[in-house]
This record gives sequence, structure tokens and C-alpha cells, in this order.
Amino acid sequence: MIRRPQTLLLSLLLMTGLLFLVSPVQAQVDVYEFETTAQEQRFRQLSNEFRCPMCQNANLTSSPGGVAADLRREIYRMILEGQTDAEIEQFMLSRYGDFVLYRPRLTLQTVLLWFGPLLFLLLGAWVAWNIIRRSAENPASASGISASDTEDENNSGKDHAPAVVISSEERERLNRLLSDMPSAPTSDNTGR
Amino acid sequence: MIPELGNFALILAFCLSVLLGFIPMIGAARNNVLWMSLARPLTVGVFVFLSISLFVLGYSFVADDFSVQFVASHSNTMLPIYYKITAVWGGHEGSFLFWTWMLGGWMLAVCIFSKAMPDEFVARVLAIMGLICVGYTLFMLATSNPFDRVLPFPPADGADLNAALQDFAFIIHPPSLYMGYVGFSVVFAFAIAALISGRLDAAWARWCRPWANAAWAILTLGLSLGSWWAYYELGWGGWWAWDPVENPPLITWLLGAAMIHSLAATEKRGVFKSWTVLLAIMAFASSLLGTFITRSGLLTSVHAFATDPTRGVYILGFLALIIGGSLILYAVRAPQLKSEFGFGSFSREVFLLANNLILVVASAAILLGTLYPMVYQAMSGGDLISVGPPFFNTIFVPLMGILVVLMAIGPISRWKRTSFAHLRAQLGKVAIAAVSLGVVIPVLLTMDVPFGTIGTAVLALWVIFSMASDIKTKIANKSSVVSGLRSLPVSYWGMTLAHFGFVMTMAGACLTSIYSIERSVLLQAGQSAELGRYTFRFEGTRYVEGPNFIADEATIVVSRGGEFYKNLYPQKRLYVASGTPTSQMGIDGRFLRDLFTTLGDQRENGAWSMTVYVKPFVRWIWIGTIFIAFGGILAVTDKRYRQFKVKQSEKVARDNPGTTLAGEIV
Repeated sequence: MIRRPQTLLLSLLLMTGLLFLVSPVQAQVDVYEFETTAQEQRFRQLSNEFRCPMCQNANLTSSPGGVAADLRREIYRMILEGQTDAEIEQFMLSRYGDFVLYRPRLTLQTVLLWFGPLLFLLLGAWVAWNIIRRSAENPASASGISASDTEDENNSGKDHAPAVVISSEERERLNRLLSDMPSAPTSDNTGR
Repeated sequence: MIPELGNFALILAFCLSVLLGFIPMIGAARNNVLWMSLARPLTVGVFVFLSISLFVLGYSFVADDFSVQFVASHSNTMLPIYYKITAVWGGHEGSFLFWTWMLGGWMLAVCIFSKAMPDEFVARVLAIMGLICVGYTLFMLATSNPFDRVLPFPPADGADLNAALQDFAFIIHPPSLYMGYVGFSVVFAFAIAALISGRLDAAWARWCRPWANAAWAILTLGLSLGSWWAYYELGWGGWWAWDPVENPPLITWLLGAAMIHSLAATEKRGVFKSWTVLLAIMAFASSLLGTFITRSGLLTSVHAFATDPTRGVYILGFLALIIGGSLILYAVRAPQLKSEFGFGSFSREVFLLANNLILVVASAAILLGTLYPMVYQAMSGGDLISVGPPFFNTIFVPLMGILVVLMAIGPISRWKRTSFAHLRAQLGKVAIAAVSLGVVIPVLLTMDVPFGTIGTAVLALWVIFSMASDIKTKIANKSSVVSGLRSLPVSYWGMTLAHFGFVMTMAGACLTSIYSIERSVLLQAGQSAELGRYTFRFEGTRYVEGPNFIADEATIVVSRGGEFYKNLYPQKRLYVASGTPTSQMGIDGRFLRDLFTTLGDQRENGAWSMTVYVKPFVRWIWIGTIFIAFGGILAVTDKRYRQFKVKQSEKVARDNPGTTLAGEIV
């Protein structure tokens, strides 16, 4: 039940660095005999999805604490007794509350959590759709040449619309480029 | 005395960064060439004094100067010398100094590789980075000075470096992670400088891209090393835990990936300008947020984890200032950033937009999951919840699936407008091949219908075949395959490699999650356990001594089909100075699978508990990230970033009325 002082110190040290390790690094090895492999798989799955109630942030599988070991034993016992995953979850919930569930229950307070990402996606898609629509309506989209479209030699040139409209800035640049070429008939373009 | 020199150098670095933050910035605003020209020397000064400071801290470690608080709590006379040096980044204060020094290093790099950019722009970029540096150095001096002393009674010996950090990966993981992380401040500075000057064109994007690619590629390596380290050090074979400490770098990585793609569109087509700038701001803000989350102890406050709250308040204030300031600037300036060209509703721009949508939604979802427990606690009046891997996997995996589907289409589609017929011609056969082979191969191999594997295989083949098809089309009219492959731009190869790496990482992550097996057993010397095709025979343990630890080392003889394969030697260590027990895994890593053994502890009758794992494809996760990072770096070396210098000098010559152009006009 009681955290060993060095564990606390270790966690403190770890927290202070921007490092990945968050739990002490002693491997936990329980030796349980199961009747079927399905039971063993359920045991691993459940131990992975419950959080150790006394640790900083570790599931029951990886947590070194005594509580985690007790709870693993408890889960093992309940699996052998034939309890379902839902019953085991109910047991954990009644004893330690929502904190031990790494998969938060869908309640009124977690609706935003579970559906937030979908909301983001819809919102983002809506914004993107508007950008695309506005751009497609934009007359410039029917034409325009990219000044630096050198990478896609194979691609460019095939899809260009017949009418090429260029901005005044580009026209200026084009004239400059043409005037750089000594042999080019620049006189027509520069209006001389 | 020597540590005071380090402290003094840190103070000088602070003073110089204050000057750097203001003088060139004002100079650029007033077009004062002298003030602008101070940017480079001041940057060099900041870097030099940060280096002195870091060197002094390293020296204090090597010299076992336990009168320095930070050394006393992170080192020990028995610690091997290479860990003494790397212990500099083994705790909060030192790692922050190291972090700031990295910032100085990036600033110096900007100094050196910015010859092609206008002085005014360089002055602004360096000034902004100087201001960030002011924030960091002030933070250290005010709240977490690595040179604080324990005087007059220094301890006789130190408390030792955290045992988990005494590992080769610790020597390379934090430097690469920090370097990537801090690199995003360069792109941020570019973005802010562009907002201030109002100059945001293809040239800006072209200056920006190598920096964004480099920072992102290095961050990729840092993340990957962290994951690999967790895998072989934590002892239960996990490689990603969706921990609040891991999530912020991943958010930064995802935003960085979005930014790289958006920058491509900005450079090539002059679109998404303001969006690119916003991504640069968000990526940098997320890196600050990560720092805040991990160093304030906020997210673990549920366990009364008493890290110093003033640090949290300081970083939060800094974060608010940076994000608030840049967003206000953005709001004022962004409306002026118009796209130069439009694009059709079915074009490469649209696919890049979709890529950005997925990546940004994924990072927002991770941020939501990371911060939700805190919000929930506040909303419900103290009730606690946990948001863990089941949530993140449920959200993240489908999003990445969509991303991989798009990954095949994006590179094949054309800028501006793509016809549906073009895509069908390019991808029709690819789709048929990917789906048929992706279904048939897993079914034949497993004699089952494994849905997860089929999904993974179809997606992976979809991308890989599409890349092959794209390359084939691109070199179709070249005289030979070799000359065709050579003619493709380096940046194209960078993209292809990075995409390939991403698919490999994804495939490795999915397949290892599906096919990993493990078994925990209690064995006496001579007994063995079967797992998959392998037999693990425990031969007993022996006592070994390291430089600063003692250990029991097991010998496990692995055989396959009755034939000897290999010996594995997992250890159970005890670090003497701190009394910390750790496990050292016995791992046999192969391209297609890892054997992974963990030694537990000795029970009744002298039997040892141990866990053995077979983890197929787990290595693909990290090999894939090497491809990603290499692709990113390769793209930096594309010659068009260097060509620009030539163009720039031509432009100067042209703009100069006395030379060629005038002559030609006449």
C-alpha cells in the first residue's frame, strides 16, 4: 500500500525531465495458471485497461506497486470464477471509482471527450469545404501558372486551361525575363 | 568558484539575448543597417556564453562537485564518466540549460545558413529567437538555476542518476528529442518575422522549408528513440503508452507534419499562406505546452505531486505571452495574406488540405484526451477520471487509416486540377492489386480471415504500389531506368522514403499489436517453457557486478524445433547508491520478430518467475521512423534550396541599375 520512498523520488526525478519513462523500471512478473488461453488473454487485456490506483500513471500490468499486484490477483480470481468483463469492471469501479478505468465510461460529462474528435473532424471538414468551394469559384482558379512549379514536369502543362491570365506583377516579371534574353524579340512586349 | 563562472555565463547569455531581442528588431523596423547587423554577433555571443555555462555544468559533474545541488541529486562518485556527462540532462534544471543551449545552436545555424536571405529578415528572425531565449534563460535564473549550491555543508556523495536513465539510449534520446523540439522555434521565428514584415511569398516558404524539414526529421528520431527505449527498458514490451508526457511531442510531430505539407503548397502554388503560419505558431505553442505539462506537475497534481508551482506559473505566463502575442499579430496580419492562385475542387491542393485536416484533428483529439482529466476534475468538483490507451487508440487508428488512404492519392494528383480519369488511370490497377494481394496473402499465411491484418496489408500495399506506379510513370519517357531514377528530384525521393517509412511504422505497430504473444512462468533451473515455435530453457542465474550495480543474470537457452538457437541473458539489477531495482531485458532482435525475456524474482524452492515474449514485426516501428527521418533530411538537401542563392545574386545584379540589365535595355 505504501509507496516506497525511492519510488517517489524516482517518479519525481522523472517528472522533472521531459522524458518518456514514468514508472520505475522493474519488470512485474506474475505467474498465474489459466485453464484456457482465452482466460489468459482476458487477464492481460483487463490488466492493461485498468489503471493502478496508487501509481502516477501506469496500468496494472506495468505497475510495480503492491496494490497493483493485489488487484491483478483479484482479477485472476474473478476470471477463474467465471465472472464477465463487465462484472470485473463493475467491481473495480465500485471500489476505486472512474479513476481506474483507462477507457472512460460514456456519461454526460464525457460526451465531449468521446465525440469531441468527431466534432473536430466535422468542423474541420466544413471549413475545408468552404475553402475549396471559395477557391473553385475564384476566377483565378481557372487559370494561373505557378511561378515555381518545376518539380512536376510530368504533370504541369497538361491541365492548363487555354486562357492564361497573369497578374501585373507576373507580367512585369515576364517582361524582365524576356528582356534578359538578348535574342528574344522583346521590343513588341515592352511597347517600344 | 567554477560553478559561479557557469552562473555568470548564464547571466551574460541572458543579457545578450535581451539585446538580441530588441536591437535588431528595432533596427529592422527603422531600417537601421547598423542595428540590424548586430543580430549575428549577438547571436554568436549568446551561443558562446550558453556553451560556457553548459560546459561548466558538465565539468562540475565530471569533477564530482557535490556542492552544486543539481550535481548532488543527479550524480554519484561511482557513476561511469559517460553517464556523469549525460547526467547534465538527467533532471529538470540541467535539461533546461541543455534545451536552451540547443536553442542557441539553432540560432547559430540560422546565422550561418542565412546568407541568401535579406538582412532585414535575418535580423527579425534572430531577434525573435533571442526573445524566446530571454524567456528560457530568465526561467532558469529565476526558478531553476542548475548552479544553485548546497553550502556550507555539501554532501559527501551524490544521490546517483536515476537508474532508468543509465542506459545508452539516454545518451542520445534527449538530445535528439530536444533538438527537434527546439527546432520548431526556428520555423516559428520565420513565421512571426513574415507576419511582421508582411512578406510571405514563395521565397519565404523556400527559406522556411529546410528548417521545418530538419526540425521535424530530428523530432521523429527523438520520438522513435524514446519509444525504443521504453520498449527495452520498461520490461513489459510496450512501445507507446499514451502517457501525458509522451503525448505533447507527438502533437508537435503531427502539427509539424501538417506544416511540412502545407509549406509545400505555399511554396509551389502560393496557397494556404495564413494557414501555414498558423500551423507554425501552433507547432511551437504545442512544444511550449508540452514543456508546461511535464514541468508544472499539473497533470499529476491528482497525486499531490509537489513540483514547484512557481515554475508552472512562469511557463504558463510565458506560454500565454507567446501564444497570445503571436495570435494577435496573426489576427492583424493574416487577412493580408491572400492566396496567389486558386485551385480546383479536385487537385493536389485539396488532398494536402485533407492531409492537414486529418493531422490537425488527430493532434486536437490527443490534446483533448490529455487535458480532459484536468477539465473533468474542475467541472465535477474533484472527481477523477483517466483517459488512457483504449481512448487514444479508438480515435487515432481510424484517423491514421484515412491518412494512409490519402497518402497514395496526394502525390499522384496534380496541382491546380486533377481529372478523375487521370487518377483512375494511375490508381485503378493499384487498388485492385492492393486489395486482392492484401486479402489473399494474409488468408493463405494464416488459414484464417484476420481482419486487422488484412486491413493493414491492404493499406500498406495501396501506398507502396501507388509509389511504384508513380515512379514508373515519371520515368516512362527516359532512356533507361537508371537515368530515369536519377532524374527525379531529391525532394521527391525524400517524400517517397518518408511515406514508405510511415507505412512501415504503421504496419509494424498494427501487426505487432495483433501477433505478439507472451507467457509468464515460474521455472527452476533446467525447466523450460514453450511459446510459439520457441522453447525457452532456464539454466539458472549467476551473480554479476557492474560499475555501480549488482545483478542476478539468468541464462535462457532458446531453441527452435529442437535445435539450439541462441542464449539470452536477462538481468535483475540493484543500483547500489540509490537502492533502485531495475530489470534488464534479454532481447534477440530480428527484422521479422523479437524474442524478449524479462527476469522477475526468486520465489520458493529457488524458482524464478520470468516472462517470455515473441513480438513479430515490432522492429518495423523504429526502422520505419528511420526512413521517415532520412526522407526529411534528404528533402533538405534538394538543390533548389541552394540554387536560390544563385538566383538571389542574379537578382541583386539585376536590380542594380549600373550593370547588365540597364545595358541590355539600352
